[in-house]
Amino acid sequence: MINLTDLTIKDAQSLLQAGEITSVDLTQAYLDRIAGIDDTLQAFLTVTADQALAQAQQADQRLAKGEHNPLLGVPLAYKDVLCTKGIQTTCGSKILEGYRPPYSARAIENLDAAGAVMLGKTNCDEFAMGSSTENSAYQVTHNPWDIERVPGGSSGGSAAAVAGRLAPGALGTDTGGSIRQPASLCGCVGLKPSYGRVSRYGLVAYASSLDQIGPFARTVEDVALILNVITGYDPQDSTSMNLPVPDYTAALTPDLKGVRVGVPKEYFIEGMQPAVEKIVRAAIDQMVALGAEVKEISLPHTDMALPVYYLIAPAEASANLARFEGQRYGPRISAGSMWDTYKQTRGEGFGPEVKRRIMLGTYALSTGYYDAYYLKAQKVRTLIKQDYDRAFEEVDVIACPVSPTTAFKIGERVDDPLQMYLSDVLSLAVNLAGICGISVPCGFDADDLPVGLQLLGPAFGEETILHTAYAYEQSTDWHTRVPEL
Amino acid sequence: MTEYEPVIGLEVHAELLTHSKMFCSCPVVDSTQAEPNTTICPVCTAQPGTLPVINRQAVEYAIKVGLALNCTINEFNVFARKSYFYPDLPKGYQISQYEYPLASDGYLDIEVEGETRRIGITRAHLEEDAGKNTHMGSYSLVDLNRAGVPLLEIVSEPDMQSVEEAEAYSRKLRAILVYLGVNHGDMSKGVLRFEANISVRPVGSDELRTRTEIKNLNSIRAMVRATEYEIARQIEVWESGGEVRQQTMGFNEETGKTYTQRLKEDSDDYRYFPDPDLPPLYIEREWVDEIEASLPELPDAKRERFVTEFKLSSQDATILTTDKAIAEYYEAALDAGGDPQAVANWVTGELFKLMNQDEVAVEDVKITPAALVELIELVDAGTINSTTAKDVFAAMFESGEGAAAIVEDRGLAQISDTGELEALVDRIIAANPDEVERYLGGKEGLMSFFIGQVMRETRGQANAGIVTQLFRDKFDALR
Ligand SMILES: [Zn+2]
Repeated sequence: MINLTDLTIKDAQSLLQAGEITSVDLTQAYLDRIAGIDDTLQAFLTVTADQALAQAQQADQRLAKGEHNPLLGVPLAYKDVLCTKGIQTTCGSKILEGYRPPYSARAIENLDAAGAVMLGKTNCDEFAMGSSTENSAYQVTHNPWDIERVPGGSSGGSAAAVAGRLAPGALGTDTGGSIRQPASLCGCVGLKPSYGRVSRYGLVAYASSLDQIGPFARTVEDVALILNVITGYDPQDSTSMNLPVPDYTAALTPDLKGVRVGVPKEYFIEGMQPAVEKIVRAAIDQMVALGAEVKEISLPHTDMALPVYYLIAPAEASANLARFEGQRYGPRISAGSMWDTYKQTRGEGFGPEVKRRIMLGTYALSTGYYDAYYLKAQKVRTLIKQDYDRAFEEVDVIACPVSPTTAFKIGERVDDPLQMYLSDVLSLAVNLAGICGISVPCGFDADDLPVGLQLLGPAFGEETILHTAYAYEQSTDWHTRVPEL
Repeated sequence: MTEYEPVIGLEVHAELLTHSKMFCSCPVVDSTQAEPNTTICPVCTAQPGTLPVINRQAVEYAIKVGLALNCTINEFNVFARKSYFYPDLPKGYQISQYEYPLASDGYLDIEVEGETRRIGITRAHLEEDAGKNTHMGSYSLVDLNRAGVPLLEIVSEPDMQSVEEAEAYSRKLRAILVYLGVNHGDMSKGVLRFEANISVRPVGSDELRTRTEIKNLNSIRAMVRATEYEIARQIEVWESGGEVRQQTMGFNEETGKTYTQRLKEDSDDYRYFPDPDLPPLYIEREWVDEIEASLPELPDAKRERFVTEFKLSSQDATILTTDKAIAEYYEAALDAGGDPQAVANWVTGELFKLMNQDEVAVEDVKITPAALVELIELVDAGTINSTTAKDVFAAMFESGEGAAAIVEDRGLAQISDTGELEALVDRIIAANPDEVERYLGGKEGLMSFFIGQVMRETRGQANAGIVTQLFRDKFDALR
């Protein structure tokens, strides 16, 4: 007897199409597993069991009519920063407690149309600000490989749900590494698309010029299947690009002959866990064995990425989060005057990390500081982008670690924001440059904690990184390991 | 005592009459009439996760205005976020152009007391309007119908040196907006709002003293009153040895006084930065050329044409072209066969008088242009004299009836029967021997007395030309 929650999306789809299982069976199996295990993992903020089963029934009807669609009847989980019509969307924040959006994010609309089934909304750092999901106002999500450790963040709920077999696939968002880093720490595949590849409409903005929605799944192929559906131009997102959308699964071939892989020397930094470096370098050797040509490259402005990110992202966030004042949605904490009500609502509604970034951003945009901080940061951002442009003249893909460490202990870094920020030091330059990146499992450290290999491609080079990741993945069995829960 | 002159710059906020709002697809409606919060959507109520999309028609309208104001239309446009908290501003920031406006470096020529003055236009940029708050005492209500309506902010140089110039500038600008069809110019609907920057200086000096900024002036009249008051206030401050402080002010329409809202040192830091949701907008030259080629005839060109084509005086031409609807009325009358000068006289005379008296807009005038021409023809044909014609005109204005019908109904046709009039003239000559003697003695001014007598007898219906001729003939015979 097959265990339905062990199936990849691809395999589940074959069985659904063949009529051997139904979407209701599959959905129920996940709901049962969520009911059994999520008390431990705390990956979901909201489980939408009734809607899920209703959607599954509809999918079964479409399947019965012979409709073919790779995600038809497949259950998925969505990060709680993505708007879902009529279903509570909190962004992990108290300030949006009880908020039921009047519309769904474009990516989710596309998945709905494709017949995907929503299992629920996953936990995340408040407004996606964090690297451990500990900044959620609601709960702490646990890493399926070691429940005393964090799943990474900010899309930690989605990563933990996929790694813990609570969903075969999920959506996250990545502003500085928020898909790739938790994918790495949880041992699943996570892809951050190029900026402009997926509509941001309905993604509650943290940093608008950096945010991007992307998929999590257990395999590269499953990630490609989800990407196929969520990608594309959206006239309601002026930053989405009007480019043809390829079938990303078509790029998935098993050898790497002629693929030029660059290894940036700046990405093996001081303070990196030796095991991480060793495992990633071994993965790069494996790529050579598959036919890739590997060379060392330099991305000289890498060390600027962290300070640049922590000026630009908070600056944008300080304006993006101004709308949360309790007038139109979310709880309102009434005080004497209107201004006091504003202050009280925001003071109680936002958590400390969000306030920290709002203050940082407000400062960076203030008269007298704008040129020295925000404008300067934008200039350096251009230099960082140029580093990648130059690198991609020489190589097709850049290979490096996602994060300097494996999953750390819950509580270990909460009092040290700077240490927490360093979790993303290898992932956030990608967002500043607007390019794409994927994290694919590439081994385990001595504590059996997963390590991810980060593969970066140029803007709109998703096919290249999917191909490279797929070829690597298929030559290993890291993705087949299952955490014991 | 020092004599002072004001230095005035105006910022005019014009709502654009586009089909939809600046960044979403909600319709633009009359926000003074629509049920509150009925033309709103996730975008203009700033639901989390929504994104703005630039309205192409708003850009087109802004280009039209920029061209009409002789501006450079800039290729590179950036929309920025202007951050401040207020309940009528759902996002907590207004999307507005800051460093890179759509239009810059233009001018507008105005006429004051027969002299033409060129007022510089610094810039014109696109932004979105805020909603409307209604204060209810202990609480306030917010209507977001207006939130996100496209606004064009037109900023002048501080080139105006009198309230009259500021008024002329405002009227001219309003006329252009209406001619372009981008704004209906009705200030009672709040579609045109003003901000005045004012300072004063001793006459003849070219220093720029501290200025104050008066916000939220909702009509030209309010702008004029506020500006007059503020100029006087500033002069008094300087004269009493004080110093004008840089500040933002409001204007109380009831008291007619300006008041301090915020001193400069307390002013908001708007923390402008380019909106990352909107990539820079590049306006192609070809598009601008296309729009330029399709611009309608504007007030200045129309006035020129009225002078050269219809031989009107510059003053009449100006009056007839300031309001687009008036100009259209005038031209429609000419199309109906009216004589240019006669129609001009009627429109600028009786029509304006009655419109002002009854507060009627030209769109609501019951006398059609063709009916006016019919009236003029009755005068030309001698059927009625010009005095009667004014009464007929008033009746037409009142009821909308045709001139001929009114003349007929009321028996107002002029007496041109020479026999009937000659008998009357003879009688009056006989009855006034003293006056006749004096007239014959050289007091020719008495002619009007004789005509007046005839008019009194005929209740004004005598043909004055015929009567005059009859008297002349009779007097000549008596000499
Ligand atoms: Zn709207």
